[in-house]
Amino acid sequence: MSAQPRPFVEEAPRGATRRVIGEVILSVEGVSLSFGGVKALSEVSFDVREHEIRAIIGPNGAGKSSMLNVINGVYHPQKGTVRFLGRPRQDVDTHEAAAQGIARTFQSLALFKGMNVLDNIMTGRNLRMKASLLAQAIRFGPAEREELEHRAVVERIIDFLEIQAYRRTPVGRLPYGLQKRVDLGRALAMEPRLLLLDEPMAGMNVEEKQDMCRFILDVNDEFGTTIVLIEHDMGVVMDLSDRVVVLDYGKKIGDGTPEEVRNNPAVVDAYLGVSH
Amino acid sequence: MKQRYLPVAILIAVLAVGLALPLATNASAPGFYIEVLLGGLMAGVLYSLVALGFVLIFKASGVFNFAQGAMVLFAALSVARIAEQVPLWAAVLLGIAIMVLLAVVVERLVLRPLVNQEGVVLLMATLGVSYFLDGFGQTVWGSDIYSIELGLSKAPVMILGDLFKGGILINKDDVAAAVVAVLLVAALAVFFQKTATGRALRAVADDHQAAQSIGIPLNRIWVIVWSVAGVVAVVAGMVWGAKLGVQFSISQVALKALPVVILGGFTSIPGAIIGGLIIGVGEKMAEVFLGPVLVRAFDLAGGGIENWFAYVLALLFLLVRPEGLFGERIIDRV
Amino acid sequence: MLYRENGQFKTSYRQDEALLPILQDRVFIWALLALAFLAVPFLASNYLFLSILNPFLIMALAAVGLNLLVGYCGQISIGHAAFMAVGAYAAYNLMLRVPNLSFLVALVLAGLIAAAVGMLFGIPSLRIKGLYLAVATLAAQFFIDWTFARVKWFTNYAPSGSVSTPVLDIFGWRLDTPARKYVFLLAVVTVFTVLARNLVRGHIGRAWMAIRDMDVAAEVIGIRPVYAKLTAFAVSSFYVGIAGALWGFVYLGSWEPLAFNITLSLNLLFMIIIGGMGSITGSFFGALFIVALPIVLDQVPATLGVPLSTAMASHLASMIFGALIVFFLIVEPHGLARLWAIGKEKLRLWPFPH
Repeated sequence: MSAQPRPFVEEAPRGATRRVIGEVILSVEGVSLSFGGVKALSEVSFDVREHEIRAIIGPNGAGKSSMLNVINGVYHPQKGTVRFLGRPRQDVDTHEAAAQGIARTFQSLALFKGMNVLDNIMTGRNLRMKASLLAQAIRFGPAEREELEHRAVVERIIDFLEIQAYRRTPVGRLPYGLQKRVDLGRALAMEPRLLLLDEPMAGMNVEEKQDMCRFILDVNDEFGTTIVLIEHDMGVVMDLSDRVVVLDYGKKIGDGTPEEVRNNPAVVDAYLGVSH
Repeated sequence: MKQRYLPVAILIAVLAVGLALPLATNASAPGFYIEVLLGGLMAGVLYSLVALGFVLIFKASGVFNFAQGAMVLFAALSVARIAEQVPLWAAVLLGIAIMVLLAVVVERLVLRPLVNQEGVVLLMATLGVSYFLDGFGQTVWGSDIYSIELGLSKAPVMILGDLFKGGILINKDDVAAAVVAVLLVAALAVFFQKTATGRALRAVADDHQAAQSIGIPLNRIWVIVWSVAGVVAVVAGMVWGAKLGVQFSISQVALKALPVVILGGFTSIPGAIIGGLIIGVGEKMAEVFLGPVLVRAFDLAGGGIENWFAYVLALLFLLVRPEGLFGERIIDRV
Repeated sequence: MLYRENGQFKTSYRQDEALLPILQDRVFIWALLALAFLAVPFLASNYLFLSILNPFLIMALAAVGLNLLVGYCGQISIGHAAFMAVGAYAAYNLMLRVPNLSFLVALVLAGLIAAAVGMLFGIPSLRIKGLYLAVATLAAQFFIDWTFARVKWFTNYAPSGSVSTPVLDIFGWRLDTPARKYVFLLAVVTVFTVLARNLVRGHIGRAWMAIRDMDVAAEVIGIRPVYAKLTAFAVSSFYVGIAGALWGFVYLGSWEPLAFNITLSLNLLFMIIIGGMGSITGSFFGALFIVALPIVLDQVPATLGVPLSTAMASHLASMIFGALIVFFLIVEPHGLARLWAIGKEKLRLWPFPH
């Protein structure tokens, strides 16, 4: 890690914001995960505090995506626990994790290709929409009111992400950068306590990255959402995150502030001095 | 790991008990029991022949060919009608030629445009082909009942008269069908294991992209596979046609072959045979022995268990072992 | 020039969320309904009612039901006619055994019974999908077929196994002419179509489509697959059950055990493939096509002077269906509904090229 990269966000440096970083809301304790003979994660432990932005970094195949998958219940670890809001979670399914307040985006964009942008983001409100089947069929009355109420929330998110013009466009027709925004919007619609972002900047050019960084910071600032993100771009990581976890071959090799981690020889070794 | 086999083991155990029950409770004479068993095995052989075509096509192209039954019918019709004008062996050769031509046309018009779609779309496309072929076959060849004379007498033969009281009745054409099936499977096994084309087919079945990257021409392979399936259809059509007469209810047989591949596994040739035998025996046994029990217990208007037994059995298998007895495990990756 | 949204501003989400947001669409639909309710009953011939309009309406309802399951929720079913049978026999037994039961009540109850049965046979969808699920639905078809053919209670111990129904009486209005039946069917189908459209626009519709498009991601959002799939089966079977009861009572008058067989199931599937999967309008197009084609094949060649035997006509119909299925799957998987939508898009721009 040689020259100081130019900060992506032309704002006050991290640490000088209004946020107060709170108590631990997520703690990963001794998690081990294997598929058949392959060990994806070995005894990984770290915690995440409320309102902070935590990055998980590491070379390819280090187990970062698997870690996110464990946190939101896609995979169930063979050993160890994940504690969210103090409650241990064993074998919790993804939709239960969602109900508990954990949202995530996917590296490979898991958008609903058969629907437009508005509907995609509206699906994020599904957990909170309670109208019965009959009420929805009749629509007139309580179901309509509920639909409009949630539409208003979704429209605020659409404004925030600046995708108003694409509301009714089928998501499959949007360029990649906009699709990523819709993915983020859908996760935001869940009003999560914890937001897991799996390589949100992947495949983006410089401008798009700046936009996405701005959105992530704003989400954290305005809504106080705790964010855990996987990212390869070191400049982004250094600028955005409060603390960083470094994984290599499924093991944790670094944990601390970006500066601490950057100077950690084990981390440097793992990356073989690759810097962006 | 062992937990996974428990439900299947239970299901198979229940079936085995059900199979042994009529004999154990002496509800029927042993000779009769064996007759029904043999009848079921023979029916099973017929199902297997149709299922073989399914498995071949699925193995090589991942396409589930709903039209297999219609192909069997079309092949049977072609051979039966052509044989009215020329000797049987020539009719068979012409029938094979027609099926190869059909394979080429289907590959070009249906498979190639849909190459990247998911299984359900292809299933529906073959459903369309099935309907088309049904109508087309009857338009070209007519919709009466035709017959295929294989030169075997239809009279049943009594065997083992001294072992079992009354002996056991079997049909010569059933035995011929079984022999044909065995020969066909042996021929296919040799084809797949020993010839270069067979190896190419196995490579394609394993991994389309890898096979392409070593220069195997996918389109030509699919034509070959559909042609082989067409040959199997000709054989199946002749066997069925000789036994039942060539009539369009044969295409309904295609539906019955679905449970066969469910049981045996979509990608397994031995599975198609074993699945067919299990379905054939199960159906017959259920109809003959279970049927009267149900009729008495629930005051039913007649039997007809055969109509649904195969499907319900397939449903049970789907819930405990979707990949079938010999198929490959389907892993859902995130 | 005619079909433009120009000048139609929405000033509230409520306006944007209307069933028919564009003025021209509203005018068109109201005009169509007016024509259908007020003009057609007096202008159409009995033959038209009996051979096209009435069966079309009932089949459209069934197609809408199947589309909810297959097109919107992505769960394949090739045995759906079995649930029509459940609805028909349920309505028959209710009307038979419950004294003074209004047909409308029996209709809804029959639908609910069909929904329950549909949910039961939908349970496999929680573990299997695609072609495997297709085979499981066949089990439903054949088992239910057999049940109604053999368990004598359902047919009231009729020796032939057939049942027949009396002329219906809706609040004193006897449905004894094809025109009256048509109006009744039209009313029922209109109401249920609006209900279906609302469901599809609501959060359950989005949950269904999410499961269809990517069920793993749907779970991550918090959508429960069990709830979504089973409600899809339930609502779909409800619609199809009602269609079955209408088919038996209003259209056929009497039916034999195999009236709701696999051929009907496949026809329903064809309707939604050709009409457009995932489209309510498409279900109507598909139903009209499947109902009208055999009639056309029967009548048109004769009027053109080319005689076609009935057997030949049915073979030709098979060929055309088959070819069209393949055609639509290759060229326009979203069926006639998409072609209609494309037409409207072009109409928006007309007479300008772009």
